[in-house]
Amino acid sequence: MIYDFFLKLFGNDVLAMLVSSLIPLFILVLPFTLVAVWLERKVSAHMQDRLGPMRVGWHGWLQTIADLIKLIQKEDIVATDNDKPLFNLAPILVFAGSYAAFAVIPLSSIFIGSNIDLGIFFIIGISGLVVAGILMAGWSSNNKYSLLGAMRSAAQIVSYEIPTILVVLTMVMITGTMNLRTLSEMQTGYFWNWMIFGGPDFGVAKFIFIPLMIAGFIIIYISTLAEVNRTPFDIPEAESELVSGYHTEYSGMKFAMFFLAEYANMFAVSVVVVALFLGGYQSPFGYLGNLFNAHWLIPIEQFFWFVAKGVFFVFVQMWLRWTLPRLRVDQLMALCWKYLIPIAFVNLLIVGIITVL
Amino acid sequence: MKEYLNNIWMGLTTVFIGMKVTLKHLFVPAVTIQYPDEKLTLPQRERNRLYVNMDDCIGCDQCARACPVDCITIETVKSLPTEDLGKTSNGKKKVLWVTQFDIDIAKCCYCQLCVFPCPTECIYMTDVYEFSEYERGNLLYNFITLTPQEVIEKKDNFAKFEAEKAAQKATAAAEAAKKKAEAAVNPEVKKTIAKPADKKEPGNEKPNSSASAGNNTAKENVNSNINQDKSSEEGKN
Repeated sequence: MIYDFFLKLFGNDVLAMLVSSLIPLFILVLPFTLVAVWLERKVSAHMQDRLGPMRVGWHGWLQTIADLIKLIQKEDIVATDNDKPLFNLAPILVFAGSYAAFAVIPLSSIFIGSNIDLGIFFIIGISGLVVAGILMAGWSSNNKYSLLGAMRSAAQIVSYEIPTILVVLTMVMITGTMNLRTLSEMQTGYFWNWMIFGGPDFGVAKFIFIPLMIAGFIIIYISTLAEVNRTPFDIPEAESELVSGYHTEYSGMKFAMFFLAEYANMFAVSVVVVALFLGGYQSPFGYLGNLFNAHWLIPIEQFFWFVAKGVFFVFVQMWLRWTLPRLRVDQLMALCWKYLIPIAFVNLLIVGIITVL
Repeated sequence: MKEYLNNIWMGLTTVFIGMKVTLKHLFVPAVTIQYPDEKLTLPQRERNRLYVNMDDCIGCDQCARACPVDCITIETVKSLPTEDLGKTSNGKKKVLWVTQFDIDIAKCCYCQLCVFPCPTECIYMTDVYEFSEYERGNLLYNFITLTPQEVIEKKDNFAKFEAEKAAQKATAAAEAAKKKAEAAVNPEVKKTIAKPADKKEPGNEKPNSSASAGNNTAKENVNSNINQDKSSEEGKN
């Protein structure tokens, strides 16, 4: 697809690969982060009846760019007792881990970084890199708060991966594919074909699936929220206890990379949830391109719906952040092990039985 | 089991109730304002930075004495009888040069107690509340309208005047003593001596007191004049 286009354009497979791999970064992740940081501040401000950033540009929309320029100018402080190789490697690893997930996420029907059959499996696997990076950052900072934050983060991500994987497994059992593009293509047409409404096959099973799918959706949304360390599961960076967790010691561009990785991760988990349950890049009610017989319009519309759904779920994450207080460690573990995992497992069993029948 | 399901139900519903509340607040107009651009209207009797309208100040020192933290320092010099300082806006005659009127606003406790005693209403609270400074010394506000040279001049003038008056008094006293000594011999002279002593009185003293004193004996006359000088000075300060 896009890769083939660039291969024809440049006649060089390395260059084509490089360009097509950087496209999601420059058309999606960076602009999204810039907007999301601003959105986060505006949403939090307005939910607290404040105004938020208002000075830079219209309602402060250029604030993030100003912050970015400030971060670029800042001194890159490395303390003497830091473990320097790990300290420098950690932000790169964390960002690489969260950006790699975009390789298999279809941005529209014609753009997917790598159309591999193990898509969702690859995402779950590569997000382990984020855990490694966070642990590295916490350990190499040589700071008790950083280390505590990193340990909490690792514990949290590892335990919340289980309900995520159980729900993903449920979806894989129903659809029979791990390829996110195939998964999205299955849910084409109208919104009642989305997996949360029982999938595209019309029959008795569809209506039995609806409550199970809603339960699965809630479970995967909660557990992915915990995986990206967002409130109410933000004990790894609980600013009232741990300064700011594993990135306490980071400054300048390294800090910016953690920040970028955090927002990239938020978007990645949102679009994975969307791809699994809410039709991925599919429009909920047909395409204008089909209506006007202009087929070149369809991928653009699909990209719009993809971004819109992703941003909506990022907004819900922000919304939850300013609604719920932070969970204690024991509450966090109780929620995961006593509620999410058993329910996800029962869900998996029921769905499995129905699919076999 | 019932408790378990109840927990799930409670957890989900309460999250949605909370989300409803925060979503409502997303559309509530902000209660904060863009402060330096727009400001809240202050209450009518707000107490902020003090201001002294020196045109109306008569240097009576009442504000300084009312101040509970002693942040007002006033120093005055009497004007010469020949000088006319004009009148305040409510018709009081000004008789003192105010050579120092400092308010240390860093000490000020904004109690407004200095405002009420002012007979000419020249010290008052303004609506200015943005006057932070990088150095504490800048918070010592100096209100006098005289230049430093003028202050020195006024002080010199008064010192000279005082010296002259003292000299005149000394001579008058000496003369009076002499006359008294003479009067002991010849009491007929006393009236003629007492009149010139009256004319040496400064113009700003109460005229009737010297007139009534004119009828007394020469010795009493001089003594009462000195006493009046002292009492009037105390009154001014």
